[in-house]
Amino acid sequence: MAGKKKIRVLAAKPGLDGHDRGVKVICYALRDAGMEVVYTGLRQTPEQIVTTAMQEDVDVIAMSVLSGAHDYLFPRVMELVRERGLNDVLVIGGGIIPDEDIPALKTAGIAEIFGPGTYTAEIIRYIQERARK
Amino acid sequence: MYDPTKIAALRERQEKWNQKAEAKLAKAPERKKGFTTISGIPVARLYTPGDLPGSDYEADLGFPGEYPYTRGVQPTMYRGRFWTMRQYAGFATAEESNRRYKYLLDQGQTGLSVAFDLPTQIGYDSDHPLSQGEVGKVGVAIDSLADMETLFDGIPLDKVSTSMTINAPAAVLLAMYIGVAEKQGVPSEALNGTIQNDILKEYSSRGTYIFPPQPSLRIITNIFEFCSRHVPKWNTISISGYHIREAGSTAVQEVAFTLANGIAYVEAAQKAGLGVDVIGPRLSFFFNAHLDFLEEVAKYRAARRLWARIMKERFGAQDPRSLMVRFHTQTAGCSLTAQQPKNNIVRVAFQALSAVLGGTQSLHTNSMDEALALPSQEAVQIALRTQQLIAYETGVTETVDPLAGSYYIEHLTNTIEAQAAEYIRKIDELGGAAAAIEKGFIQREIQESAYRYQKAVEEGERVVVGLNKFQVQEPKPTGLLRVDPVVREQQMRQLAELKGRRDNGAVAASLSALGQAARGEENLLPLILQAVRVYATLGEICDTLRDVFGEYTAVSTL
Repeated sequence: MAGKKKIRVLAAKPGLDGHDRGVKVICYALRDAGMEVVYTGLRQTPEQIVTTAMQEDVDVIAMSVLSGAHDYLFPRVMELVRERGLNDVLVIGGGIIPDEDIPALKTAGIAEIFGPGTYTAEIIRYIQERARK
Repeated sequence: MYDPTKIAALRERQEKWNQKAEAKLAKAPERKKGFTTISGIPVARLYTPGDLPGSDYEADLGFPGEYPYTRGVQPTMYRGRFWTMRQYAGFATAEESNRRYKYLLDQGQTGLSVAFDLPTQIGYDSDHPLSQGEVGKVGVAIDSLADMETLFDGIPLDKVSTSMTINAPAAVLLAMYIGVAEKQGVPSEALNGTIQNDILKEYSSRGTYIFPPQPSLRIITNIFEFCSRHVPKWNTISISGYHIREAGSTAVQEVAFTLANGIAYVEAAQKAGLGVDVIGPRLSFFFNAHLDFLEEVAKYRAARRLWARIMKERFGAQDPRSLMVRFHTQTAGCSLTAQQPKNNIVRVAFQALSAVLGGTQSLHTNSMDEALALPSQEAVQIALRTQQLIAYETGVTETVDPLAGSYYIEHLTNTIEAQAAEYIRKIDELGGAAAAIEKGFIQREIQESAYRYQKAVEEGERVVVGLNKFQVQEPKPTGLLRVDPVVREQQMRQLAELKGRRDNGAVAASLSALGQAARGEENLLPLILQAVRVYATLGEICDTLRDVFGEYTAVSTL
């Protein structure tokens, strides 16, 4: 293929949460922006997500949780990302995530958290600027 | 209803008037090139009787409490009794939820509505590895009858009606409720309430499924049959459009996919030998109250009329109660903004008003802080007060179906009914709701609507106050409710104690009997009830059924 390689994104739903409207809208938007998107579907363990990220050789993991379990699930995914040496994969998250939880998630290695009302255009721009080229 | 020659003359006049109005647009243009409802139904400049050709008052509207129920399911509606004010609540532990229920009953709430945490909704005990991070987060954690006893401690079950948002393991939670009633000395015949028990919309929209469709439908029909004999006042299913709408559908899709699921349940019951008039009266519905006020009012009216026609014409139902859409409404969670959260109080008030003008039987009003976290006590109180203001102060309750006869409302009601009927025809062609879900049709329709809506917001075509217009710099919200992570440890400790205390021989025997019954064809409810009574856990009961039925794997629609 001529030109630049497409950015590959794993859109993931860790935990038991079934709210997938947001993550599906993101999948459509990222594809429309020219990225390759793999969606995990619901009920993924952190282990499954990181394994899929390796198999699919993605540049970005974008996770969505609306159940409040982000405080356990996001840091656990980051732990595995580091263990498996996926150091140049950009990991971002979204959902219903209280502001006061964000500093701890960033310390754990989540690059950015996008809350309700975020424009898909903002997420696209963020990924285009930060994902490994 | 109207004289056809007069209608023809009127339409001609209306066309001329439109041309006159359009002639002025060059000088004074309208705000937009085209107007639509939030669901994309075109909206004309003006509606007159000319937009209701062939309308027949008796056939299309009739009288409240009479076929086709467009104007409401009871003759006196809110002149008799207001809707049930029912706030969905439940968090962390059974003790805490019990305190919130007593507070709400104290504040004048008239029915309970239980929110369970995700492990409970998916049939895992709190100590299951997949429960990590989820215990007590979106509702109360229930592992066994012991937790349920705590949840309803001091609440007489013959005096309250309880709605439980539980689907895949609904049979188990219903059995636990009956178990608590037995301990209180209340017979199951006296119990009042609802289980959601609507698995089809879990596959398409909400995600808390366990088993594949066929065994799930068997469990549901087992519940129908058991309740018709032992819990006759119980609403055995709440066929839910709410989550379909939250997942991004339009109003038309909400009506269509909900009623298509309803058709699938009636057919499953018929296959199991239950007559349409045995199960028809026990079906209840659950709709969303979204932002487009008049479209929502029309939506409830259209749903009532379309279901009445389906039950009568398609299924030959005779009992009037089989024809009625009795429904609960919740205001649209997805319409709440995290920005300027107090604006949500106003949004919720309009949405709740649409549900009341649409003739709802019960209502949950969302709390202003729900785009941020679980609702605080203060926010819940304002939400409940919103309903009380509508009931006691606005006067809209004093006559039945006050918006009927509005040309626009009737036109929208007709349009929504016709478009929903068209969708149902398409779903029939695909082999019914379960097949349409397994083919991914319903999921794709919903997610495409969700994306269209998002694009309309981002392009500024759809204004969301405080989000893409009238924004302000605001401080970060504080005082949000949080769930303590030690809840899981506490729940696990209690579970371990229970397993040491109970008669494990009786538990094993009850589970093995359940497994055997699941392989055969008998009704599973008595066996689940027996297992619950000897304190088998929710996870143990669901695992027994998983071993026989297997688990559902979602189809990919992306």
